[in-house]
Formats: sequence, structure tokens, C-alpha cells
Amino acid sequence: MPMSADEITEAITAALPGAQVEMTDLAGDNDHWAARVTAPQFAGKNRVQQHKMVYEALGGRMGGVLHALQLTTAVPK
Amino acid sequence: MSDTNAKISGIVGENDVVLFMKGTPLFPQCGFSSRAVSILDHCGVKYESVDVLQDMEIRQGIKTYSDWPTIPQLFVKGEFLGGSDIMMEMFEAGELQELLDEKDVARAE
Repeated sequence: MPMSADEITEAITAALPGAQVEMTDLAGDNDHWAARVTAPQFAGKNRVQQHKMVYEALGGRMGGVLHALQLTTAVPK
Repeated sequence: MSDTNAKISGIVGENDVVLFMKGTPLFPQCGFSSRAVSILDHCGVKYESVDVLQDMEIRQGIKTYSDWPTIPQLFVKGEFLGGSDIMMEMFEAGELQELLDEKDVARAE
């Protein structure tokens, strides 16, 4: 079962309270997602660390059920 | 250190720029790998590629090695830089080209 946009957003905001998550369905198939995550917790972290924080929020599903999540991270301005 | 870890460590240590990918630069087997190859080609650097589809141990081992769940993965001078999304972000910001210049990696012929 692929993850829905809501499930992905919930997992991320549960781990990173206050995060803004914008989901885009890349292929229109509910399976290929782009997520843009803006979170205050990213401050002072490099990109690899920021992405890892999101992957951790997804609890090991990245690369598995979530094989195609295109991720962009940002610190709120 | 496991054999696979030692093998990966060797590959990463011996090559200035190395891309672990699915398929080869001429025939990438996934969209993310294809994107990573295009970015490196645009940067005009010489790089080594490892097709993880040819080696199941490396395919799993690389994820543990860098604590990163997906492939492709880019290493520059031994340092893990990220996957295709990070490469794209850095490339669009001009940071990847800068970093490759700073690290003084060889240009593609």
C-alpha cells in the first residue's frame, strides 16, 4: 500500500511540530510524491541532516513503501 | 567493519567523485539516477559510477554506510553529499559547481 499525502504529512508534522508540508502528486497516481517541508527544526542543519530528519519521521518507509518521494527542505524565513 | 563496508569505503576513498546509482550513466535504470547523471554531466566533472543493481551487497550496504535510505548517492572526496534531490537543489543554487571547484576535482575530458 502506498502512503497517502495525508499520512505522509501527518508523519512529518508528528515528528517535526510546526512544520509546513506541501505535497505534490507528481504522476497523478497517488504514489509518486514531491514534498516540500519547511520546519524551524532545520535551522543550523545542512541538507543531508535536514533530509535525514524527514526520513526519520517517516520511520524507515523511505526507500521502501515510499520509493519515490522527491524531497525539498527549507528553514522558515 | 564488514567486507561490504570495507569495499564501499575503498571505492569512496579511491575516487574523487563517485555516484552509486541504478544502471549506468549511459543507461540509467531509474529517474532519480538519470537526474543525478544529468547534473554531473552538466557540471562537467570526471566521475566514477557504481551500478548497485549489479551487486546486492553494495545495494544494501551503501544505505547503511551513509545512513541514507535511497539511491542514487553522491560522494565527493570521501564525503557523502546526498541523493538526487539534494544534488538538484545544490545545482540550481550554483553550490554544487562551487563545491566541485573548491574541492578541485578533475574535469571530464
